[in-house]
Amino acid sequence: MIKKEVVIIGGGPSGLSAAVEAAKRGAKVLVVDENLRAGGQLFKQIHKFFGSSAHRAGIRGIDIASELLEEARECGVEVWLNSVVVGLFKEKKIAIKKKLSDDSEKLEIIQAKKIVIATGASENAVRFKGWTLPGVMGAGAAQTMINVNRVLPGKRILMIGSGNVGLIVSYQLMQAGAEVVGVIEAAPQIGGYGVHAAKIRRAGVPIYTSHTILEARGDKGVEEAVVCEVNDNWEPIRGTEKVFKVDTITIAAGLKPLIELAMMHDCKCSFIPQLGGWVPLHDENMESTNPGIYLVGDVAGVEEANTALEEGRLAGTAIAEALKYISLEDAGKLKKEIWQRLNELRMGPFGEARMLAKNNISARCKI
Amino acid sequence: MVLRKTGYLTKEELVNSKCYPSEERFKKGPVAIIECTEEIPCNPCELACKFKAIKIGKPITNIPILDENLCTGCGLCIAKCPGLAIFTVDKTYSDKEGLISFPYEYLPLPVTGSIVKAVNREGKVVSSGKVIKVLNNESLDRTPVVTIAIPKEKLDEVRGIKRLESKDLK
Repeated sequence: MIKKEVVIIGGGPSGLSAAVEAAKRGAKVLVVDENLRAGGQLFKQIHKFFGSSAHRAGIRGIDIASELLEEARECGVEVWLNSVVVGLFKEKKIAIKKKLSDDSEKLEIIQAKKIVIATGASENAVRFKGWTLPGVMGAGAAQTMINVNRVLPGKRILMIGSGNVGLIVSYQLMQAGAEVVGVIEAAPQIGGYGVHAAKIRRAGVPIYTSHTILEARGDKGVEEAVVCEVNDNWEPIRGTEKVFKVDTITIAAGLKPLIELAMMHDCKCSFIPQLGGWVPLHDENMESTNPGIYLVGDVAGVEEANTALEEGRLAGTAIAEALKYISLEDAGKLKKEIWQRLNELRMGPFGEARMLAKNNISARCKI
Repeated sequence: MVLRKTGYLTKEELVNSKCYPSEERFKKGPVAIIECTEEIPCNPCELACKFKAIKIGKPITNIPILDENLCTGCGLCIAKCPGLAIFTVDKTYSDKEGLISFPYEYLPLPVTGSIVKAVNREGKVVSSGKVIKVLNNESLDRTPVVTIAIPKEKLDEVRGIKRLESKDLK
Protein backbone atom coordinates (compact mmCIF):
# COMPACT_ATOMS: atom_id res chain seq x y z
CA MET A 1 0.00 0.00 0.00
CA ILE A 2 1.27 3.45 -0.95
CA LYS A 3 1.13 6.24 1.63
CA LYS A 4 0.47 9.80 0.55
CA GLU A 5 0.05 12.98 2.47
CA VAL A 6 -2.79 14.56 0.47
CA VAL A 7 -4.84 12.90 -2.27
CA ILE A 8 -7.25 14.96 -4.33
CA ILE A 9 -9.90 13.12 -6.29
CA GLY A 10 -10.75 15.12 -9.40
CA GLY A 11 -8.57 17.70 -11.18
CA GLY A 12 -11.19 20.30 -12.05
CA PRO A 13 -11.07 23.93 -10.87
CA SER A 14 -11.76 23.15 -7.21
CA GLY A 15 -9.45 20.11 -7.00
CA LEU A 16 -6.58 21.88 -8.74
CA SER A 17 -6.87 25.02 -6.64
CA ALA A 18 -6.94 22.88 -3.46
CA ALA A 19 -3.83 21.08 -4.74
CA VAL A 20 -1.97 24.30 -5.51
CA GLU A 21 -2.88 25.92 -2.20
CA ALA A 22 -1.77 22.91 -0.10
CA ALA A 23 1.33 22.17 -2.19
CA LYS A 24 2.65 25.73 -2.19
CA ARG A 25 2.69 25.61 1.64
CA GLY A 26 4.77 22.43 1.50
CA ALA A 27 2.29 19.53 1.48
CA LYS A 28 2.93 16.59 -0.83
CA VAL A 29 -0.11 16.37 -3.06
CA LEU A 30 -1.37 13.77 -5.53
CA VAL A 31 -4.24 14.61 -7.88
CA VAL A 32 -6.09 11.67 -9.45
CA ASP A 33 -8.17 12.39 -12.54
CA GLU A 34 -10.05 10.00 -14.79
CA ASN A 35 -9.53 12.10 -17.92
CA LEU A 36 -6.69 12.41 -20.42
CA ARG A 37 -5.82 15.80 -18.95
CA ALA A 38 -6.74 17.65 -15.79
CA GLY A 39 -8.75 20.87 -15.84
CA GLY A 40 -12.24 19.43 -15.56
CA GLN A 41 -14.95 21.48 -17.19
CA LEU A 42 -12.65 24.52 -17.52
CA PHE A 43 -11.37 23.39 -20.91
CA LYS A 44 -14.94 23.61 -22.23
CA GLN A 45 -15.43 27.14 -20.94
CA ILE A 46 -14.28 29.23 -23.88
CA HIS A 47 -16.05 32.36 -22.57
CA LYS A 48 -14.66 35.09 -20.34
CA PHE A 49 -15.47 34.46 -16.69
CA PHE A 50 -17.49 36.66 -14.39
CA GLY A 51 -16.24 37.38 -10.89
CA SER A 52 -13.72 39.73 -9.36
CA SER A 53 -10.99 41.16 -11.56
CA ALA A 54 -8.66 40.57 -8.59
CA HIS A 55 -9.20 36.85 -9.19
CA ARG A 56 -9.06 36.05 -12.87
CA ALA A 57 -12.45 37.47 -13.88
CA GLY A 58 -12.54 38.42 -17.53
CA ILE A 59 -10.22 35.52 -18.37
CA ARG A 60 -11.52 32.61 -20.39
CA GLY A 61 -12.01 29.27 -18.57
CA ILE A 62 -9.62 27.49 -20.94
CA ASP A 63 -6.86 29.95 -20.03
CA ILE A 64 -7.57 29.64 -16.30
CA ALA A 65 -7.17 25.86 -16.67
CA SER A 66 -3.77 26.27 -18.33
CA GLU A 67 -2.65 28.69 -15.60
CA LEU A 68 -3.79 26.33 -12.84
CA LEU A 69 -2.04 23.33 -14.41
CA GLU A 70 1.16 25.36 -14.72
CA GLU A 71 0.93 26.47 -11.08
CA ALA A 72 0.33 22.88 -9.99
CA ARG A 73 3.38 21.75 -11.94
CA GLU A 74 5.53 24.53 -10.46
CA CYS A 75 4.69 23.62 -6.89
CA GLY A 76 5.34 19.93 -7.42
CA VAL A 77 1.84 18.48 -7.49
CA GLU A 78 1.85 14.88 -8.74
CA VAL A 79 -0.93 14.08 -11.22
CA TRP A 80 -2.22 10.64 -12.23
CA LEU A 81 -4.28 10.91 -15.39
CA ASN A 82 -6.58 8.34 -16.94
CA SER A 83 -6.93 6.93 -13.45
CA VAL A 84 -10.25 6.21 -11.81
CA VAL A 85 -10.94 6.15 -8.10
CA VAL A 86 -13.11 3.06 -7.73
CA GLY A 87 -13.50 3.01 -3.98
CA LEU A 88 -13.01 4.93 -0.78
CA PHE A 89 -12.67 2.83 2.36
CA LYS A 90 -12.30 3.26 6.10
CA GLU A 91 -9.12 4.83 7.43
CA LYS A 92 -8.85 6.96 4.30
CA LYS A 93 -7.90 4.20 1.91
CA ILE A 94 -8.40 4.93 -1.76
CA ALA A 95 -8.63 2.26 -4.48
CA ILE A 96 -7.42 3.58 -7.82
CA LYS A 97 -7.46 1.93 -11.21
CA LYS A 98 -4.24 3.52 -12.42
CA LYS A 99 -3.26 3.78 -16.06
CA LEU A 100 0.40 2.87 -16.60
CA SER A 101 2.71 4.22 -19.28
CA ASP A 102 2.37 1.03 -21.36
CA ASP A 103 -1.42 1.61 -21.34
CA SER A 104 -2.06 -1.29 -18.97
CA GLU A 105 -4.02 -0.80 -15.77
CA LYS A 106 -3.07 -1.54 -12.19
CA LEU A 107 -5.10 -1.37 -9.02
CA GLU A 108 -3.32 0.78 -6.44
CA ILE A 109 -4.38 1.23 -2.84
CA ILE A 110 -3.32 4.48 -1.27
CA GLN A 111 -3.68 5.54 2.32
CA ALA A 112 -3.80 9.32 2.67
CA LYS A 113 -3.57 11.63 5.65
CA LYS A 114 -6.03 14.01 3.99
CA ILE A 115 -8.44 13.41 1.14
CA VAL A 116 -10.20 16.04 -0.95
CA ILE A 117 -13.24 14.87 -2.89
CA ALA A 118 -13.62 17.13 -5.93
CA THR A 119 -15.71 14.92 -8.16
CA GLY A 120 -18.00 17.63 -9.50
CA ALA A 121 -21.54 17.07 -10.69
CA SER A 122 -23.49 15.31 -13.43
CA GLU A 123 -26.20 16.65 -15.70
CA ASN A 124 -29.85 16.02 -14.90
CA ALA A 125 -31.92 14.25 -17.52
CA VAL A 126 -35.39 15.27 -18.68
CA ARG A 127 -37.58 12.37 -19.70
CA PHE A 128 -40.08 12.79 -22.53
CA LYS A 129 -41.39 10.71 -25.40
CA GLY A 130 -38.50 10.01 -27.77
CA TRP A 131 -35.80 11.15 -25.32
CA THR A 132 -33.63 8.14 -26.16
CA LEU A 133 -33.39 9.07 -29.87
CA PRO A 134 -29.90 9.88 -31.13
CA GLY A 135 -29.62 13.66 -31.13
CA VAL A 136 -31.04 14.19 -27.64
CA MET A 137 -28.14 15.03 -25.37
CA GLY A 138 -27.03 17.00 -22.35
CA ALA A 139 -25.98 20.60 -22.97
CA GLY A 140 -22.68 19.72 -21.32
CA ALA A 141 -22.15 16.90 -23.78
CA ALA A 142 -22.83 19.25 -26.71
CA GLN A 143 -20.39 21.74 -25.17
CA THR A 144 -17.69 19.05 -24.92
CA MET A 145 -18.29 18.12 -28.55
CA ILE A 146 -17.93 21.66 -29.91
CA ASN A 147 -15.28 23.10 -27.61
CA VAL A 148 -13.08 20.08 -26.83
CA ASN A 149 -13.61 17.67 -29.74
CA ARG A 150 -14.49 20.34 -32.34
CA VAL A 151 -17.44 18.34 -33.64
CA LEU A 152 -20.81 19.99 -34.28
CA PRO A 153 -23.55 17.82 -32.72
CA GLY A 154 -26.13 19.13 -35.19
CA LYS A 155 -27.07 22.00 -37.46
CA ARG A 156 -30.44 23.01 -36.00
CA ILE A 157 -30.71 22.82 -32.25
CA LEU A 158 -33.41 23.29 -29.62
CA MET A 159 -32.16 24.05 -26.10
CA ILE A 160 -34.19 22.92 -23.10
CA GLY A 161 -33.49 25.11 -20.05
CA SER A 162 -32.61 28.80 -19.72
CA GLY A 163 -30.22 28.72 -16.79
CA ASN A 164 -26.71 30.03 -17.40
CA VAL A 165 -25.62 26.67 -18.85
CA GLY A 166 -28.48 26.66 -21.38
CA LEU A 167 -27.86 30.28 -22.38
CA ILE A 168 -24.06 30.03 -22.61
CA VAL A 169 -24.07 26.73 -24.49
CA SER A 170 -26.68 28.12 -26.93
CA TYR A 171 -24.31 31.02 -27.63
CA GLN A 172 -21.34 28.70 -28.06
CA LEU A 173 -23.30 26.41 -30.40
CA MET A 174 -23.88 29.44 -32.63
CA GLN A 175 -20.20 30.37 -32.40
CA ALA A 176 -19.45 26.83 -33.55
CA GLY A 177 -21.69 27.35 -36.57
CA ALA A 178 -25.00 25.78 -35.57
CA GLU A 179 -28.39 27.43 -35.61
CA VAL A 180 -30.27 27.53 -32.30
CA VAL A 181 -33.99 27.66 -33.08
CA GLY A 182 -35.03 28.50 -29.54
CA VAL A 183 -34.62 28.03 -25.82
CA ILE A 184 -37.47 26.39 -23.89
CA GLU A 185 -38.00 27.23 -20.22
CA ALA A 186 -40.71 25.66 -18.05
CA ALA A 187 -40.56 28.42 -15.43
CA PRO A 188 -42.35 31.72 -16.14
CA GLN A 189 -38.99 33.53 -16.09
CA ILE A 190 -35.56 33.07 -17.62
CA GLY A 191 -33.24 31.26 -15.21
CA GLY A 192 -29.80 32.66 -16.04
CA TYR A 193 -28.22 36.11 -16.14
CA GLY A 194 -29.94 38.77 -18.25
CA VAL A 195 -26.69 39.57 -20.06
CA HIS A 196 -26.38 35.95 -21.26
CA ALA A 197 -30.01 35.99 -22.41
CA ALA A 198 -29.53 39.35 -24.17
CA LYS A 199 -26.51 37.98 -26.04
CA ILE A 200 -28.52 35.19 -27.66
CA ARG A 201 -31.64 37.31 -28.13
CA ARG A 202 -29.79 39.83 -30.28
CA ALA A 203 -28.41 36.86 -32.22
CA GLY A 204 -32.06 36.13 -33.05
CA VAL A 205 -32.77 33.22 -30.68
CA PRO A 206 -36.27 33.29 -29.13
CA ILE A 207 -36.71 32.23 -25.49
CA TYR A 208 -40.02 30.52 -24.73
CA THR A 209 -40.81 30.81 -21.00
CA SER A 210 -43.65 28.69 -19.50
CA HIS A 211 -42.98 26.04 -22.15
CA THR A 212 -41.99 22.40 -21.91
CA ILE A 213 -40.89 19.68 -24.30
CA LEU A 214 -43.45 16.99 -25.07
CA GLU A 215 -41.81 14.80 -27.63
CA ALA A 216 -38.82 14.20 -29.87
CA ARG A 217 -39.85 12.71 -33.19
CA GLY A 218 -37.76 11.01 -35.81
CA ASP A 219 -36.91 7.73 -37.43
CA LYS A 220 -33.23 7.08 -36.81
CA GLY A 221 -32.54 10.33 -34.98
CA VAL A 222 -34.19 13.58 -33.98
CA GLU A 223 -36.11 15.25 -36.83
CA GLU A 224 -38.69 17.25 -34.90
CA ALA A 225 -39.24 18.58 -31.41
CA VAL A 226 -42.75 19.16 -30.08
CA VAL A 227 -43.13 21.74 -27.32
CA CYS A 228 -46.14 23.34 -25.64
CA GLU A 229 -47.08 25.93 -23.05
CA VAL A 230 -47.50 25.00 -19.40
CA ASN A 231 -49.97 26.43 -16.87
CA ASP A 232 -49.19 27.74 -13.38
CA ASN A 233 -48.94 24.15 -12.12
CA TRP A 234 -46.40 23.38 -14.85
CA GLU A 235 -48.91 21.12 -16.64
CA PRO A 236 -48.98 21.07 -20.45
CA ILE A 237 -51.81 23.10 -22.03
CA ARG A 238 -53.45 21.19 -24.87
CA GLY A 239 -53.70 22.94 -28.20
CA THR A 240 -50.59 25.09 -27.66
CA GLU A 241 -48.19 22.66 -29.32
CA LYS A 242 -45.42 23.98 -31.57
CA VAL A 243 -43.25 21.83 -33.80
CA PHE A 244 -39.61 22.69 -34.53
CA LYS A 245 -37.64 21.05 -37.32
CA VAL A 246 -34.40 20.23 -35.53
CA ASP A 247 -31.73 17.54 -35.60
CA THR A 248 -30.55 18.02 -32.03
CA ILE A 249 -32.20 18.65 -28.65
CA THR A 250 -29.86 19.72 -25.85
CA ILE A 251 -30.91 19.55 -22.23
CA ALA A 252 -29.72 22.04 -19.62
CA ALA A 253 -31.89 21.10 -16.66
CA GLY A 254 -29.40 21.55 -13.87
CA LEU A 255 -26.74 19.41 -12.27
CA LYS A 256 -26.50 17.17 -9.24
CA PRO A 257 -23.45 16.57 -7.05
CA LEU A 258 -21.50 13.35 -7.67
CA ILE A 259 -21.53 12.13 -4.06
CA GLU A 260 -20.97 8.37 -4.43
CA LEU A 261 -17.41 8.38 -3.07
CA ALA A 262 -18.40 10.63 -0.16
CA MET A 263 -21.18 8.18 0.68
CA MET A 264 -18.77 5.23 0.56
CA HIS A 265 -16.86 6.86 3.40
CA ASP A 266 -20.08 7.50 5.32
CA CYS A 267 -20.03 11.28 4.96
CA LYS A 268 -23.38 12.56 6.19
CA CYS A 269 -25.51 13.99 3.39
CA SER A 270 -28.59 16.16 3.28
CA PHE A 271 -31.10 16.91 0.52
CA ILE A 272 -30.74 20.59 -0.41
CA PRO A 273 -32.58 21.53 -3.62
CA GLN A 274 -30.86 24.94 -3.85
CA LEU A 275 -27.53 23.11 -4.21
CA GLY A 276 -28.65 20.45 -6.67
CA GLY A 277 -29.94 17.62 -4.44
CA TRP A 278 -28.08 15.35 -2.02
CA VAL A 279 -25.05 17.19 -0.69
CA PRO A 280 -22.42 15.92 1.79
CA LEU A 281 -22.38 18.18 4.85
CA HIS A 282 -19.21 20.22 5.37
CA ASP A 283 -17.91 22.84 7.80
CA GLU A 284 -16.30 26.24 7.12
CA ASN A 285 -13.03 24.47 6.23
CA MET A 286 -14.89 22.33 3.65
CA GLU A 287 -14.26 19.31 5.92
CA SER A 288 -16.94 16.60 5.84
CA THR A 289 -18.45 14.87 8.85
CA ASN A 290 -15.45 12.50 8.58
CA PRO A 291 -12.35 14.30 9.89
CA GLY A 292 -9.65 14.56 7.24
CA ILE A 293 -12.01 14.20 4.30
CA TYR A 294 -12.78 17.45 2.53
CA LEU A 295 -15.28 18.32 -0.22
CA VAL A 296 -14.87 21.15 -2.72
CA GLY A 297 -16.63 22.46 -5.82
CA ASP A 298 -19.87 21.10 -7.23
CA VAL A 299 -19.83 17.91 -5.10
CA ALA A 300 -20.25 20.21 -2.09
CA GLY A 301 -23.28 21.84 -3.72
CA VAL A 302 -23.66 22.87 -7.36
CA GLU A 303 -22.48 26.45 -7.95
CA GLU A 304 -20.03 27.78 -10.53
CA ALA A 305 -16.32 27.85 -11.31
CA ASN A 306 -15.43 30.95 -9.28
CA THR A 307 -16.88 29.56 -6.05
CA ALA A 308 -15.31 26.18 -6.87
CA LEU A 309 -11.87 27.83 -7.14
CA GLU A 310 -12.35 29.61 -3.80
CA GLU A 311 -13.60 26.46 -2.05
CA GLY A 312 -10.52 24.65 -3.31
CA ARG A 313 -8.28 27.37 -1.85
CA LEU A 314 -10.18 27.13 1.43
CA ALA A 315 -9.70 23.36 1.76
CA GLY A 316 -6.07 23.59 0.60
CA THR A 317 -5.35 26.20 3.27
CA ALA A 318 -7.18 24.22 5.97
CA ILE A 319 -5.18 21.11 5.06
CA ALA A 320 -1.87 23.00 5.14
CA GLU A 321 -2.89 24.25 8.57
CA ALA A 322 -3.90 20.80 9.84
CA LEU A 323 -0.61 19.32 8.59
CA LYS A 324 1.25 22.19 10.32
CA TYR A 325 2.75 23.71 7.17
CA ILE A 326 1.31 27.09 8.18
CA SER A 327 0.51 28.56 11.55
CA LEU A 328 -2.97 28.75 12.98
CA GLU A 329 -2.73 32.53 12.77
CA ASP A 330 -1.67 32.70 9.10
CA ALA A 331 -4.26 30.13 8.09
CA GLY A 332 -6.96 32.05 9.93
CA LYS A 333 -6.10 35.23 8.07
CA LEU A 334 -6.03 33.49 4.67
CA LYS A 335 -9.30 31.67 5.26
CA LYS A 336 -11.00 34.88 6.35
CA GLU A 337 -10.00 36.53 3.06
CA ILE A 338 -11.28 33.57 1.05
CA TRP A 339 -14.57 33.61 2.94
CA GLN A 340 -15.01 37.31 2.21
CA ARG A 341 -14.62 36.59 -1.51
CA LEU A 342 -16.97 33.59 -1.35
CA ASN A 343 -19.62 35.67 0.39
CA GLU A 344 -19.31 38.38 -2.27
CA LEU A 345 -19.67 35.84 -5.08
CA ARG A 346 -22.85 34.55 -3.43
CA MET A 347 -24.50 37.95 -3.02
CA GLY A 348 -27.26 39.34 -5.22
CA PRO A 349 -30.49 37.73 -6.44
CA PHE A 350 -28.72 34.83 -8.18
CA GLY A 351 -26.60 33.82 -5.17
CA GLU A 352 -28.73 34.47 -2.08
CA ALA A 353 -30.43 31.07 -1.95
CA ARG A 354 -27.07 29.32 -2.33
CA MET A 355 -25.47 31.51 0.35
CA LEU A 356 -28.25 30.70 2.83
CA ALA A 357 -28.09 26.98 2.02
CA LYS A 358 -24.29 26.93 2.35
CA ASN A 359 -24.33 28.75 5.70
CA ASN A 360 -27.01 26.38 6.89
CA ILE A 361 -24.80 23.40 5.99
CA SER A 362 -21.86 24.73 8.03
CA ALA A 363 -24.14 25.28 11.00
CA ARG A 364 -25.58 21.77 10.80
CA CYS A 365 -22.16 20.20 10.54
CA LYS A 366 -21.30 21.45 14.02
CA ILE A 367 -24.27 19.73 15.70
CA MET B 1 -38.56 43.31 -14.82
CA VAL B 2 -39.36 42.55 -18.45
CA LEU B 3 -35.76 41.39 -19.00
CA ARG B 4 -36.41 38.21 -17.01
CA LYS B 5 -39.34 37.38 -19.25
CA THR B 6 -38.08 38.46 -22.68
CA GLY B 7 -34.32 38.22 -22.29
CA TYR B 8 -33.55 41.75 -23.40
CA LEU B 9 -33.70 45.26 -22.00
CA THR B 10 -35.59 48.16 -23.48
CA LYS B 11 -34.23 51.70 -23.65
CA GLU B 12 -36.95 52.74 -21.18
CA GLU B 13 -35.76 50.15 -18.65
CA LEU B 14 -32.19 51.32 -19.08
CA VAL B 15 -33.18 54.98 -18.66
CA ASN B 16 -35.27 54.11 -15.60
CA SER B 17 -32.37 52.16 -14.10
CA LYS B 18 -30.23 55.29 -14.64
CA CYS B 19 -27.99 53.19 -16.88
CA TYR B 20 -28.33 55.33 -20.01
CA PRO B 21 -26.31 58.43 -20.91
CA SER B 22 -28.20 61.72 -21.19
CA GLU B 23 -28.94 63.33 -24.56
CA GLU B 24 -26.69 66.26 -23.53
CA ARG B 25 -23.81 63.81 -23.15
CA PHE B 26 -24.56 62.14 -26.50
CA LYS B 27 -24.21 65.58 -28.13
CA LYS B 28 -20.59 65.79 -26.92
CA GLY B 29 -19.40 62.65 -28.74
CA PRO B 30 -18.93 58.91 -28.22
CA VAL B 31 -19.98 57.44 -24.88
CA ALA B 32 -20.32 53.97 -23.34
CA ILE B 33 -23.65 52.32 -22.59
CA ILE B 34 -23.52 49.56 -19.98
CA GLU B 35 -26.55 47.33 -20.42
CA CYS B 36 -26.10 45.44 -17.13
CA THR B 37 -28.93 45.94 -14.66
CA GLU B 38 -28.80 42.83 -12.48
CA GLU B 39 -26.75 42.34 -9.33
CA ILE B 40 -24.33 39.69 -10.52
CA PRO B 41 -20.83 39.10 -9.09
CA CYS B 42 -18.68 40.71 -11.77
CA ASN B 43 -16.41 43.75 -11.99
CA PRO B 44 -13.81 43.62 -14.81
CA CYS B 45 -15.33 46.74 -16.46
CA GLU B 46 -14.41 48.84 -13.44
CA LEU B 47 -10.71 48.02 -13.84
CA ALA B 48 -10.87 48.27 -17.63
CA CYS B 49 -11.66 52.00 -17.59
CA LYS B 50 -8.53 54.14 -17.49
CA PHE B 51 -10.59 57.23 -16.74
CA LYS B 52 -12.29 55.69 -13.69
CA ALA B 53 -15.65 56.37 -15.29
CA ILE B 54 -17.12 52.99 -14.25
CA LYS B 55 -17.87 52.45 -10.58
CA ILE B 56 -18.85 49.15 -8.95
CA GLY B 57 -17.00 49.13 -5.62
CA LYS B 58 -17.85 46.64 -2.90
CA PRO B 59 -19.57 44.24 -2.99
CA ILE B 60 -18.82 43.21 -6.56
CA THR B 61 -22.51 42.47 -7.08
CA ASN B 62 -23.19 46.23 -7.27
CA ILE B 63 -24.52 47.37 -10.64
CA PRO B 64 -21.91 49.25 -12.69
CA ILE B 65 -22.55 52.99 -12.79
CA LEU B 66 -21.07 55.09 -15.58
CA ASP B 67 -19.97 58.65 -14.91
CA GLU B 68 -20.85 60.04 -18.32
CA ASN B 69 -18.66 63.10 -17.82
CA LEU B 70 -15.55 61.02 -17.20
CA CYS B 71 -16.28 58.58 -20.04
CA THR B 72 -14.46 59.42 -23.27
CA GLY B 73 -16.21 56.72 -25.32
CA CYS B 74 -12.82 55.09 -26.00
CA GLY B 75 -14.44 51.64 -25.96
CA LEU B 76 -11.73 49.85 -23.96
CA CYS B 77 -14.42 48.36 -21.71
CA ILE B 78 -16.34 46.68 -24.57
CA ALA B 79 -14.21 43.55 -24.90
CA LYS B 80 -13.47 43.39 -21.16
CA CYS B 81 -17.12 42.76 -20.24
CA PRO B 82 -17.64 38.98 -19.87
CA GLY B 83 -21.36 39.54 -20.43
CA LEU B 84 -20.74 41.35 -23.75
CA ALA B 85 -23.09 44.01 -22.40
CA ILE B 86 -21.13 47.21 -23.11
CA PHE B 87 -21.47 49.28 -26.27
CA THR B 88 -20.30 52.71 -27.36
CA VAL B 89 -22.50 55.04 -29.34
CA ASP B 90 -21.40 58.18 -31.19
CA LYS B 91 -24.35 60.35 -32.17
CA THR B 92 -22.06 63.08 -33.57
CA TYR B 93 -20.49 61.08 -36.44
CA SER B 94 -22.28 62.93 -39.27
CA ASP B 95 -25.54 64.75 -39.94
CA LYS B 96 -27.50 61.64 -40.71
CA GLU B 97 -25.45 58.79 -39.32
CA GLY B 98 -24.03 57.70 -36.01
CA LEU B 99 -21.68 54.96 -34.88
CA ILE B 100 -22.32 51.94 -32.70
CA SER B 101 -19.48 49.71 -31.50
CA PHE B 102 -20.23 46.26 -30.13
CA PRO B 103 -18.45 42.98 -29.27
CA TYR B 104 -18.69 40.33 -31.98
CA GLU B 105 -17.38 36.82 -31.23
CA TYR B 106 -18.47 35.02 -34.39
CA LEU B 107 -16.65 33.96 -37.54
CA PRO B 108 -16.40 35.12 -40.23
CA LEU B 109 -15.71 38.67 -39.09
CA PRO B 110 -17.24 41.48 -41.14
CA VAL B 111 -14.95 43.36 -43.52
CA THR B 112 -14.37 47.10 -43.24
CA GLY B 113 -16.40 48.99 -45.83
CA SER B 114 -18.97 46.23 -46.33
CA ILE B 115 -22.70 46.65 -45.85
CA VAL B 116 -24.27 44.60 -43.04
CA LYS B 117 -27.72 44.09 -41.53
CA ALA B 118 -28.01 45.93 -38.21
CA VAL B 119 -30.15 44.20 -35.57
CA ASN B 120 -31.88 45.46 -32.43
CA ARG B 121 -31.78 43.85 -28.97
CA GLU B 122 -34.36 41.31 -30.16
CA GLY B 123 -32.26 40.24 -33.13
CA LYS B 124 -34.58 41.89 -35.66
CA VAL B 125 -33.02 43.63 -38.65
CA VAL B 126 -33.92 47.32 -38.35
CA SER B 127 -31.55 48.99 -40.81
CA SER B 128 -28.50 48.42 -42.90
CA GLY B 129 -25.12 49.53 -41.66
CA LYS B 130 -21.67 50.17 -43.04
CA VAL B 131 -18.71 48.56 -41.32
CA ILE B 132 -16.31 51.34 -40.27
CA LYS B 133 -13.83 49.44 -38.14
CA VAL B 134 -13.08 45.88 -36.96
CA LEU B 135 -10.67 45.67 -34.03
CA ASN B 136 -9.19 42.31 -33.10
CA ASN B 137 -5.87 42.92 -31.40
CA GLU B 138 -4.26 40.87 -28.64
CA SER B 139 -5.53 43.05 -25.80
CA LEU B 140 -9.12 42.27 -26.81
CA ASP B 141 -8.39 38.59 -26.06
CA ARG B 142 -10.43 37.13 -28.91
CA THR B 143 -13.42 39.44 -28.47
CA PRO B 144 -13.38 41.51 -31.67
CA VAL B 145 -15.04 44.94 -31.52
CA VAL B 146 -16.98 46.02 -34.60
CA THR B 147 -18.04 49.60 -35.37
CA ILE B 148 -20.80 50.30 -37.86
CA ALA B 149 -22.42 53.49 -39.15
CA ILE B 150 -26.23 53.48 -39.07
CA PRO B 151 -29.03 56.05 -39.36
CA LYS B 152 -29.04 58.29 -36.29
CA GLU B 153 -32.59 57.43 -35.29
CA LYS B 154 -31.60 53.76 -34.85
CA LEU B 155 -28.72 54.37 -32.44
CA ASP B 156 -30.71 53.67 -29.27
CA GLU B 157 -31.97 50.45 -30.78
CA VAL B 158 -29.24 48.69 -32.79
CA ARG B 159 -26.92 46.50 -30.73
CA GLY B 160 -25.33 44.15 -33.26
CA ILE B 161 -25.48 42.72 -36.74
CA LYS B 162 -27.02 39.66 -38.27
CA ARG B 163 -24.42 36.90 -38.16
CA LEU B 164 -22.49 36.48 -41.38
CA GLU B 165 -21.94 33.26 -43.27
CA SER B 166 -18.87 32.55 -45.34
CA LYS B 167 -20.89 33.09 -48.52
CA ASP B 168 -21.74 36.65 -47.40
CA LEU B 169 -18.10 37.63 -47.79
CA LYS B 170 -17.87 36.61 -51.43
